[in-house]
Amino acid sequence: MSFSSFGDFLAMGHHGLYVWTAYGICLAVLALNVVAPILARKRYLQQEARRLRRETDK
Amino acid sequence: MWKWIQRQASPKVFYQTCINLTPWFFWPFIGFLAVGLYWALVVSPADYQQGDGYRIIFIHVPSAILSMMIYAIMAIAGGIGLIWQIKMAEVVAKVSAPIGAAFTIIALTSGAIWGKPMWGAWWVWDARLTSELILLFLYLGVLSLYHAFEDKKSAGRAASILAIVGVINLPVIHYSVEWWNTLHQGATFTLTEKPAMPVEMWAPLLLMVLGFYCFFGAVLLMRMRLEVLKREARASWVKAEVQSCLGARG
Repeated sequence: MSFSSFGDFLAMGHHGLYVWTAYGICLAVLALNVVAPILARKRYLQQEARRLRRETDK
Repeated sequence: MWKWIQRQASPKVFYQTCINLTPWFFWPFIGFLAVGLYWALVVSPADYQQGDGYRIIFIHVPSAILSMMIYAIMAIAGGIGLIWQIKMAEVVAKVSAPIGAAFTIIALTSGAIWGKPMWGAWWVWDARLTSELILLFLYLGVLSLYHAFEDKKSAGRAASILAIVGVINLPVIHYSVEWWNTLHQGATFTLTEKPAMPVEMWAPLLLMVLGFYCFFGAVLLMRMRLEVLKREARASWVKAEVQSCLGARG
């Protein structure tokens, strides 16, 4: 264990702001990479559903 | 053997393989990340020079490794698609590009944020940094080529050619810290030598690298599934699959 308290952990020496910003950006970009294909799939399926409805209405 | 490969490369089998493999990447990713992050941020000791600021290494190095590895995969898959016209290789090449660009962005931003307290500058026009920035531009170029053509086939061909030409940048990035005088430190992991760091530091780093690899695998599979559905939209199995997906969502 490298830190004696949770406050110490957050402070990261005095590099807290740098460390947490870097990790925050990393997490955000990774999350975006998970969300983007899920949303794209949803959009595509909705679009296909509309197309199928149009075709059956005819 | 060749028969088996051909069977794997048929869109339907490929699609099913993507679905089957996803948990094999997703759960190890969660495991590696949980243990790796805890070890990296809480357990491993502070650096004697950089204090706790060095902990940015645990995301910087994995994303930098992945940014180059994904580029190589994209170029190789693009090459296979160009030479043997294997459609599923084209899929791999296309969906790798946005993921690789994302890892390059993480490597560049985490590097800049690390550079500020340690070097006193967010950015220097140093060989390693500049060549990694060129890698980002290569990814962006490949991505924009995919969107620049009406015809998907010529788009894929043009993007693959750019990707293959850009491979020349990979050894430049890798050896930039040896060829030029640079502010950037040398490689952390090499195949031939023991890491210069103590095990409490390189072990969590290795876990993070493995975790990032698994993450790449999982999101690559997710993107490939959708890409196959879009490409093969006219095949009857795809229509049935879309129907069943729509049915499952109600």
